[in-house]
Amino acid sequence: MSDQFVLETRGLVKEFKGFVAVDDVNLKVQRGHIHALIGPNGAGKTTVFNLLTKFLPPTRGTILFNGKDITSLKSAAIARRGVVRSFQISAVFPHMTALENIRVALQSFEGNSFQFWKSGHSLNKLNERCMELLDSVGLTEFANTTTVELAYGRKRALELATTLAMEPELLLLDEPTQGMGGEDVERVVELVRKAAEGRTVLMVEHNLGVVSKLCDRITVLAQGSVLTEGEYKEVSEDPRVREVYMGSANTTQEAVE
Amino acid sequence: MDHPVNQTDIQQAMLDQQKSDQRRKHILNLVLLALLLIAPAVIYPVFLMKILCFALFAVAFNLLLGFTGLLSFGHAAFLATGSYTTGYLLSNYSGLTTEMGIIVGTAAATVLGVLFALVAIRRQGIYFAMITLALAQLVYFMFVQAPFTGGEDGMHGVPRGHLFGFIDLENNLAMYYFVLAVFLGGYLLVQRVVGSPFGQVLKAIKQNEPRAVSLGYNVNQYKVLAFVMSAGLAGLAGSVKTVVFQLASLNDAHWHMSGEVILMTLLGGTGTLLGPVVGATFVVNLEYQLSQGPLGDWVDPILGAIFVLTVIAFRSGIVGEIQKFVRKNMG
Repeated sequence: MSDQFVLETRGLVKEFKGFVAVDDVNLKVQRGHIHALIGPNGAGKTTVFNLLTKFLPPTRGTILFNGKDITSLKSAAIARRGVVRSFQISAVFPHMTALENIRVALQSFEGNSFQFWKSGHSLNKLNERCMELLDSVGLTEFANTTTVELAYGRKRALELATTLAMEPELLLLDEPTQGMGGEDVERVVELVRKAAEGRTVLMVEHNLGVVSKLCDRITVLAQGSVLTEGEYKEVSEDPRVREVYMGSANTTQEAVE
Repeated sequence: MDHPVNQTDIQQAMLDQQKSDQRRKHILNLVLLALLLIAPAVIYPVFLMKILCFALFAVAFNLLLGFTGLLSFGHAAFLATGSYTTGYLLSNYSGLTTEMGIIVGTAAATVLGVLFALVAIRRQGIYFAMITLALAQLVYFMFVQAPFTGGEDGMHGVPRGHLFGFIDLENNLAMYYFVLAVFLGGYLLVQRVVGSPFGQVLKAIKQNEPRAVSLGYNVNQYKVLAFVMSAGLAGLAGSVKTVVFQLASLNDAHWHMSGEVILMTLLGGTGTLLGPVVGATFVVNLEYQLSQGPLGDWVDPILGAIFVLTVIAFRSGIVGEIQKFVRKNMG
């Protein structure tokens, strides 16, 4: 059981005052899959992410990672276990160079992060690995560029490389293609595909075109609970799914094409 | 500038950059040291010592505001705790050497820093500022009531004593060079901390806290350590100030003082090492010049106006604006 599923939630509930944002969600993410979490705006997708990484405490329910209960762990501890998330809005350190961004992630495992007496040059030994990661997302030539000066698509690529630096077993991507034009979307799809080699990915994604290309399995959320789950073909033909998307029917159609 | 595409070249470019930054830092440090070494030949040493004490206070404060992104509105509490503790010890235990009084004063402020941090660190932004202010007010009222502080009158006639038991600090020059050594120690410590692996994490927390969390950092632990260091150094500034002026007063504990250190830091440039030093020099000078002239009663409104102007027009402060200018015009 724990071999097959990397992540499992049982009866996950998040209530805000008088409002149930996530309602009894039972999610199973199979090892090696790229698993998509889709649903209309306000369905609770990002809230689920926040619960999984403990940016929000769940009201009820359990979260199992590799069969072990991680519900009571703190955010930082969950990240160290290998569940690393990205954010909806690009999450970078704007006034560091691209290389330094990645180095902060690598430093997390060095055990020197409280050493305030040591010279920063001691971090240079991580540069080699940083360059490899930058290279893997095509940012080699921007290594010494301050991140704030990078174009949006490159920031997202950098964010992905930073996340990969953590060697996550389970990668949580919150709308990796959000706000991107066609060409950038293609590039991100390729990057995610590459990143998913040898690991499991759970992603929130609005662009159904991306989902159809990338994902092995899809869970549809609506009003906080799971509407249905299955492969892209099954899910996209489900009349209930079409119905909840009615409000945003245009985007669905576009994306399907 | 053309981009090298070879990985080794890029890494080399980075190392070269580090080296030239390092060299610039060393040169700046040496210039600062040289200026401060000869300064008492030109300027009254007691006035210089006042500047150095406030500069150390502002440098300590900036470790938190400029390099960790935490705005404390209660740093007066640490300055005053250092100040009163050292004042009390040196006044009442004549056998104590001066440096012992200063060390214990600094330690007391550090302990207080731990207490403040444990209460406040979970809060963010304005709430953090308000909690530190509230705690500092508690400390203020404690000092008003406590019998040993002399209440409104303050603590007078604190003996300067002998450093290490044999250097007579009644001599203003000896006192000056001691204060200079302490200041440089604090300044270089902060410089080291900011550039260390720990400083790198603080930078990350300042720039994007949720991201730092998602990379596995327990951000509160880092913030607590930065806060405690800052409190300790602020206490050191207070302790030394008491020895210089032989006086500890409620002024040090008042929230005005917490505001003033914010002004000094912002004016000089947050997030720059030299900024708080320049800011403190500017403010102490201005206060002195104004108090000598006909505008003596106008010190607070004038400082207020400068504060507003800084926030509106020169966010980066004096040193920050100079850095920007240099970067723009020299590549």
